Amino acid sequence: MVALSDPVTVTRERRTLRPRTESWVRRFPLVPALVFTVVVTQIPFLLTLWYSLQKYNLNYPHRPRQFPTLANYRLIFKDPTFRIAAENTVLLTVVPVVLSIVFGVGIAVLLNRHVFGRGFLRTLIVSPFLVMSTAAALVWKFTILDTTFGALNFFLKPFGVGQVNWIGVHSQATIITFLTWQWTPFMVLLALAGLQSQGDDQLEAARVDGAGSWRIFRALTIPHLRPYIELGVLLGSIYIVQAFDSIYIITAGGPSTDTTNLPYYIYQVAFQAYDIGRASAMAVVVVIATILIATLALRMISSLFSSEGMRGR
Amino acid sequence: MSSITLAGQQTKPLTRLLLGALTWIIVLLFFFPVFWMALTGFKTEATADTSTPHFIFKPTLNEYKAVWKGAGGTTGLRPYLEHSIGITVISTVIVLVLALPAAYALSIRPVRKWRDVLFFFISTKMLPIVGAIIPLYVIARDLHVLDHQRLLVVLYTALNLPIAVWMLRSFLLEVPAEVIEASRVDGAGLLLQLRSVILPIISPGVAATSLICFIFAWNEFFLAVNLTTIKGATVPIYLVGFVQPEGPFLAHLSAAATVACLPVLLAGWAAQDKLVRGLSMGAVK
Repeated sequence: MVALSDPVTVTRERRTLRPRTESWVRRFPLVPALVFTVVVTQIPFLLTLWYSLQKYNLNYPHRPRQFPTLANYRLIFKDPTFRIAAENTVLLTVVPVVLSIVFGVGIAVLLNRHVFGRGFLRTLIVSPFLVMSTAAALVWKFTILDTTFGALNFFLKPFGVGQVNWIGVHSQATIITFLTWQWTPFMVLLALAGLQSQGDDQLEAARVDGAGSWRIFRALTIPHLRPYIELGVLLGSIYIVQAFDSIYIITAGGPSTDTTNLPYYIYQVAFQAYDIGRASAMAVVVVIATILIATLALRMISSLFSSEGMRGR
Repeated sequence: MSSITLAGQQTKPLTRLLLGALTWIIVLLFFFPVFWMALTGFKTEATADTSTPHFIFKPTLNEYKAVWKGAGGTTGLRPYLEHSIGITVISTVIVLVLALPAAYALSIRPVRKWRDVLFFFISTKMLPIVGAIIPLYVIARDLHVLDHQRLLVVLYTALNLPIAVWMLRSFLLEVPAEVIEASRVDGAGLLLQLRSVILPIISPGVAATSLICFIFAWNEFFLAVNLTTIKGATVPIYLVGFVQPEGPFLAHLSAAATVACLPVLLAGWAAQDKLVRGLSMGAVK
């Protein structure tokens, strides 16, 4: 914080160097990281764009590639599966993000009280987030949700629930539950950080004024948590929109295309159909859509990444 | 620390007790899959593969041993663990080597457009990785590095670098300007200043950053599954072999999954506070 506010003073002291040399000296430490990031992350995107304008299928390496062509893009917009995958992506992102925020804040509020074994509970609750998602997905699929061997059907039997094939019949709910389970712990940690930075005196004052618990929660705690929730939405969306592991392992996008999201569909077109051109065009559409949505979202919550961020609150 | 959000002093003992019980139940529900995974690993296949789960059984280390050594002609988890450890550690080291100077140039002696640069780094995290996977595959194939460990080292470095720059920057910003100033007045050169003044202050931050990079690289699946098969394959790829299982396998799977998760679980448990800070890229203190 401190250093940020005084680049001016630093410059003043370093007057001994000529301005141009000085600015290169400053830039120098940045160069390796910047070059590396540009080369490894930006060049592939440019190539994706280039491939998307070609008829390029790894199954037919000797077929002429016809560059440039918009055929891939025309195919995408006529492709019903692409639309379904786009809709699924929205559903399988928005619902888990919202649910994990709601559960996360709820659990954080509960954990923020003087509850017996608080540290221990906190340690337990972070675990789903730390567990390798491939491992967790397999464990859920085979030892919990499985129709015959799964623990869930066993636990639900006393409640009159029969042998339900959760993954086959409730595939979307399965993925949503899994992603929510995975991300709730992160939201708990975030909300706990928020709750613990809330001043006691304000709450005390409100209580002395006779405000009820719920009223205090709604009028003071929620507004205080807002930036933390925004951050949770932002980071949760960035990662959940790319959900692949769980879908690949638990449902393989099915049944039919019920749980096929865009990452999974592009994976199928690229690595099962080997249609590099069409998959690239889809990736380009996804990247453009992401940029649009991210710009919009960032503008809405730009307060987060201002130079001060949430610091000093 | 505020202890009261839902429950003030007015709360009756009974309500407190019920809320406490509710907290325990919810947390245990969330933890159950992890507990179940570790527990099933201690069973024999005969006790694991039943429709009535066994909670009381004679624990055995057989499956954990089988995972380690390989069973029935398979290699076991060990080579994959070695790949994962190598790839994760090396990429984390490279990330730090690249990110520390960059973070320095974005905080202590900032370049003029530090804000744009910072946003560029973070914007690379927002772009979906599927947008890059196809060229990455083609380039890797043409360079003959498909299924090589160094391929994943490079990619995981790129994956974690933006987070590391953000995180380290937020830690560097906490180094008091006076301290740096004082050492400069004392005539300390840049290197000495870095080593004796800045590094000691931010070393917990460097540890936190390494932990986050380690976790992400350790758990990464999408790039690994598309770009590696055997020689460069990491732990998640070993686990995916269970998607189409043959014969009873639940105990074996659970043991393997537990071993796969253990390093990150232990590290994450030990450094919970650092996790939030890291994952929020320094936005939350």
